[in-house]
Amino acid sequence: MPSALPDGDPAPPTGELSAAALAGFEARQFGIYVHVPFCATRCGYCDFNTYTATELGGGASAASYADTAIAEVRLARHVLGLRRPVDTVFFGGGTPTLLPAADLTRVLAAVDREFGLSPDVEVTTEANPESVTPESLAALRAGGFTRISFGMQSAAPHVLATLDRQHTPGRAAAAVSEARAAGFDRISLDLIYGTPGESDEDWRRSLTAAIETGVDHVSAYSLIVEPGTRLAARVARGEIPMPEDDVLADRYLIAEALLTQAGFGWYEVSNWASGEADRARHNLLYWTGGDSWGVGPGAHSHVGGVRWWNVKHPREYAARLSAGVSPAAARETLTPAERRAEDILLRIRLQEGLPLDVLHPSGLVAAARARDDGLLEAAAHAAGRAVLTLRGRLLADAVVRDLVD
Amino acid sequence: MTPWNVASDSARTDPSRIRNFCIIAHIDHGKSTLADRMLEFTGIVESRNMRAQYLDKMDIERERGITIKAQNVRLPWTSGDDDYVLHLIDTPGHVDFSYEVSRSLAACEGAILLVDAAQGIEAQTLANLYLAIDNDLTIIPVLNKIDLPAAQPEKYADEIAHIIGCDPSDVLRVSAKTGEGVRDLLDEVVRQVPPPTGDPDAPLRALIFDSVYDIYRGVITYVRVVDGRLTTRDRCLMMSTGASHETLEVGVASPDPTPTKSLGVGEVGYVIPGVKNVSQARVGDTITTASHSAPESLGGYRTPKPMVYSGLYPIDGSDYPLLRDALDKLQLNDAALVYEPESSAALGFGFRCGFLGLLHLEIVRERLEREFDLALISTAPNVVYRVELETGDEVVVTNPADWPNGKISSVFEPIVDAMILLPSDYVGAVMDLCQTRRGTLKGMEYLSEDRVELKYVLPLAEIIFDFFDQLKSRTRGYASLDYEPAGEQVSDLVKVDILLQGEAVDAFSAIVHKDKAYSYGTSMASKLRELIPRQQFEVPIQAAIGSRVIARENIRAMRKDVLAKCYGGDITRKRKLLEKQKEGKRRMKMVGRVEVPQEAFIAALSTNEPAKS
Repeated sequence: MPSALPDGDPAPPTGELSAAALAGFEARQFGIYVHVPFCATRCGYCDFNTYTATELGGGASAASYADTAIAEVRLARHVLGLRRPVDTVFFGGGTPTLLPAADLTRVLAAVDREFGLSPDVEVTTEANPESVTPESLAALRAGGFTRISFGMQSAAPHVLATLDRQHTPGRAAAAVSEARAAGFDRISLDLIYGTPGESDEDWRRSLTAAIETGVDHVSAYSLIVEPGTRLAARVARGEIPMPEDDVLADRYLIAEALLTQAGFGWYEVSNWASGEADRARHNLLYWTGGDSWGVGPGAHSHVGGVRWWNVKHPREYAARLSAGVSPAAARETLTPAERRAEDILLRIRLQEGLPLDVLHPSGLVAAARARDDGLLEAAAHAAGRAVLTLRGRLLADAVVRDLVD
Repeated sequence: MTPWNVASDSARTDPSRIRNFCIIAHIDHGKSTLADRMLEFTGIVESRNMRAQYLDKMDIERERGITIKAQNVRLPWTSGDDDYVLHLIDTPGHVDFSYEVSRSLAACEGAILLVDAAQGIEAQTLANLYLAIDNDLTIIPVLNKIDLPAAQPEKYADEIAHIIGCDPSDVLRVSAKTGEGVRDLLDEVVRQVPPPTGDPDAPLRALIFDSVYDIYRGVITYVRVVDGRLTTRDRCLMMSTGASHETLEVGVASPDPTPTKSLGVGEVGYVIPGVKNVSQARVGDTITTASHSAPESLGGYRTPKPMVYSGLYPIDGSDYPLLRDALDKLQLNDAALVYEPESSAALGFGFRCGFLGLLHLEIVRERLEREFDLALISTAPNVVYRVELETGDEVVVTNPADWPNGKISSVFEPIVDAMILLPSDYVGAVMDLCQTRRGTLKGMEYLSEDRVELKYVLPLAEIIFDFFDQLKSRTRGYASLDYEPAGEQVSDLVKVDILLQGEAVDAFSAIVHKDKAYSYGTSMASKLRELIPRQQFEVPIQAAIGSRVIARENIRAMRKDVLAKCYGGDITRKRKLLEKQKEGKRRMKMVGRVEVPQEAFIAALSTNEPAKS
């Protein structure tokens, strides 16, 4: 997640939620996100909430992090008040696999203890290709992890260098093999396109390399130069030129073409999966407005129309939890109009699209015009849904501005 | 002893002891500083109360170092053994206000020609000097800033002597800054400027040379009495309108308004005629008494005629009523400002405003923004065209949008006699400029060895389009310009429309000469291509004369507008971004389906900066 926190209303020290937010909780999809705020090195493009020093002091060390996260899992159970199975768990970062596998499985066990895991639970961890071994992968699998998502980014050495990534191009494929050998059958690769210096051909090679590993899921993100990053500074100084939007659009089309050809299907603007069962259910939960509790510094949560986010620094985060206080920095209670806007802006990104009946009259007019402009699928529109065309996917934000009145 | 100049009855001032004079000078040549020094030396403003440019009352005047409104002050002065009353009538200093200048000159018998000893005479000064000579004023030539190291008094004394036909040794030398020579200058005013003459027993005739609106007192008119006596006992009558008003107060400026019982022959002062706005007491009009009217006015009265038009639109459409009220208020004090409501498909509701010239336009605009806190878009200024149709009908066009669609037989555009003073080195460059601006050379004269006066007839439209900036840049700032209306000429003019996706944007239409239509069209189209963001579809930009397209640009369709990642922590940020973008979208002006940011209009319309002088 981006490191700058939004503005919001004060969050109560107990972290308690209103009855309105909790109403119907047991019947909704529920996922837990665990943020691990540590990395071996910071990548030049990264503005995520992560730290390279493993000893941050004040109970915030990497060694004690699992216990701190477990304390928040207990708080979640207390606030939500209900033991109910969790549908998905996702460990992200940072680099979760920088922690010993035993730490990660211990946190997962705590989730199981407090809430229980549903029989078909999806448990994912992000990992850097160089941060896993056959042993650590086996331990994760044995500890209940069902899915792994590797940050491959690119197969071009000069692109990896620009991104400050530590692994060699071949390492990602090797990590996939190791994961498969450890018993993971759901493996995803993250790719980044539009890095300065990358050519169309580099990008094709990266996609091909990813496809050849035989993974069931690929995410492809256009590089975002976030303000305040080293990369942003280099671009600002004119050291490296950012590709134009048209180049990025071309890269996206290349991704769609190669992935489709290899049997993948898009199910979200930046995500492709082999089959429906291979889609990342945890992320689908975000896009369909489900409930999720974010554990960890700077992590975001959403329950029944209340969004909140934790304090950013691991030290303050740890201090709050050890004092028995909610680590939430602030929260917002969404108005019906805001929930509607979120629903539209999230669901439109999905291959299922969104039912037209959530739109107001002016949004319906805009939808018809977007269909005429070739941004929404005509057949889906006729069947009562707004589904982006390929060109529409590249202009999703513009479509949303028209659909939300 | 009461200072005699503020005596309650100035009727005792014998005309033979009065001297009425003005100062003709270019901006920055030190007129206001000289006036300040005169106020100080005559003792009517104590030096501790002195502030720079005492007589320039508007902030804009002080900031820009120009005098927009004429001011006047009554100065007591003892020369030899005799006491005198000197009336200094400070004149406006810009070509837009040449009519006001002429009325101020008509109220005087003498003029100080003030020239910077380091720069020499400028076109503006020369034009006003000729006006003063035409009015039979006694000219006292003065070189100012003789204390400057760069001063060349010998050289410029020769130049002045050559122009007015005097001996170089007659040119006085002063430093308004240090005060050197200013006392002598006041003595020279007494010695050289003839006393006013007039018939004290004739019916009252007083010339209005300025008229201002004061929120507390209503309209205050500044007058010079020619014949008779102006008192509060008689109702006053404006001879151009025939309307009579109660004479509420009569007084003199010394320099703050000081009531007196009356003003006699030759005296300069103010009268408050109890009218609501300045158009009821206009500059140039003659005041007489209602009961005993003069048979003839002093003559020379003219209704101000707008020369330049521009549409003024509030950037925030809801400010329209505020803009209307603000214009109403400015008009109280500005008889030359005319306006009427108009609407633009692109800019919404606003006003078509007529101005005396570009400076007038800028002043009005600046006052609206500053005094009334309005944010405005102004359309490119245009002149007034007279269009004759083949049907025999005639249309007066003050807005390109009103250009007739029917078959046109001829178009008349206003022209001016322009005078340009410049160092001889730049003659080629300036002739080249005037040539490209459709000018006709009328004369060229060497004022001195290295200074030249060029006379051109130019279309006014060419002058209001960036001419002054061009002139300055081609002469490194050394050229000066003055011009006056010189009628109209038939020209081959066309209206160029700018179309976005086939839809004409009224705010960008312009009347241009046929030979320049192409360059206007291409430059506007390429400017807009840079200014208008890419849309979800391709947007053709065309420049067209009628249905004939003369230039074309394309804004390529935007191909990518999507945030790559949108997970749990991104959602709040994404929603807030959407709200912000929606807000931005609401501020867009829609031209058909094309969203055009306000900034694009402002930038496209302001790149042709009006000339500043």
